[in-house]
Amino acid sequence: MLAAHGLSFTRDEDPVFGPLDFHVDAGEALLVQGDNGAGKTTLLRVLAGLLRPSDGRVSIDGRAAGTAERARFVAYLGHLPALKADLDTLENLHFLCGLHGRRARQMPGNALALVGLAGHEATLVRHLSAGQKRRLALARMWLSPAPVWLLDEPYANLDLDGITLVNRMISAHLRGGGAALVTTHGAYAAPPVRTRQLQLQVAA
Amino acid sequence: MIAPGTEPGLWRTARALAVRDLRMAWRRRGDVLQPVLFAVLVVVLFALALGREPQRLAADAIAVLWLAVLLAGQLALDALFRSDAEDGSLEQWLLAPVPLSWLVLVRVAMHWATTALPLIAISPLLAEMLHLPHDQLPMLLASLLLGTPLLSLIGGVVAALTVGLRRSGILVALLSLPLYVPVLVFGAGSVAAAARGQDPSGALLMLAAGLVAALVLAPLATAAALRISLS
Repeated sequence: MLAAHGLSFTRDEDPVFGPLDFHVDAGEALLVQGDNGAGKTTLLRVLAGLLRPSDGRVSIDGRAAGTAERARFVAYLGHLPALKADLDTLENLHFLCGLHGRRARQMPGNALALVGLAGHEATLVRHLSAGQKRRLALARMWLSPAPVWLLDEPYANLDLDGITLVNRMISAHLRGGGAALVTTHGAYAAPPVRTRQLQLQVAA
Repeated sequence: MIAPGTEPGLWRTARALAVRDLRMAWRRRGDVLQPVLFAVLVVVLFALALGREPQRLAADAIAVLWLAVLLAGQLALDALFRSDAEDGSLEQWLLAPVPLSWLVLVRVAMHWATTALPLIAISPLLAEMLHLPHDQLPMLLASLLLGTPLLSLIGGVVAALTVGLRRSGILVALLSLPLYVPVLVFGAGSVAAAARGQDPSGALLMLAAGLVAALVLAPLATAAALRISLS
């Protein structure tokens, strides 16, 4: 579903990662591991189209990835939550659904309950804890109609319960025919799904 | 396979963004008042510096009013994309299934509605403070209604270019004020021409032509600038 061919990224002459070759099929997760500074976030930003690769190419569903393909196929969860502090949780989800579309038969209210934020519908995001914001961002991913999830450190700030939640969501997403790329710096409990591994090394 | 979801079109994304911006403006009503208060203060300071003779004030009223509106809009400019860049919202805009320039256009329009429109609404009061002759007021409002959207669109390009910088307050001003010169010349010029009994339509038509061109070109330039700033 998502494939990289000879993908590399160089920042100011310093190689950040690559060249990398990998692919993720429907129903599969790719666990991107590496130490701090190994280029995991950069890799995901390149795949999401936020950065231009120095070399190589990305293909989505067999076609070269352009803006239109990315908008249809890719949902990105970065370090920044993309939530507005002055809006409440439900308003944030409604806006993001308005921007990206919504998965059929999924409603923002149900997604909030799924990530354990039921009862916080009218809470302003500025009053949420870091972990709760993370959960809200996960609800956004759940509502997104895109089949490929790019998750940058989805376990950050989450409690044990939240970590199982992430794994449950990834499993359900993959069972539905989706794919996921997950970066993690530690040996977190990987989701119990068909998983490939990609190890990134800090460039010398 | 994943069930096909709803794919938002241009109007749905625009409505979502407009609703979001208006909600946030309502939550932070005090911020909306700031440019207005700033413009009032500028006018008061000018009035104090120019003295109390009504004729003297009236002669400079157009220039002072236009400058007050322009500078107040200038101060609000930095907020155009900054918060969306800092909390990652812009990354999501880039991944939306509609062109980034379209979202930029909607955002600039909402920013104009929440910063410039209150200024235009209060400009009759400011004109009264400066003893502007009443027959010049319609011309002033017309020039502001054509000129301020143009200022917002031009300013958007500059705001997008500097959004990656941490502190860009004065830089935004240094970059955008020279670009504002034609708008100021034709905007204030149209009212001044009308005051002298000349035909102001030439200047107004120039403003309108500039606005049409900026409506098409500025969002494209702003979108390109945002992509550069984010990478």
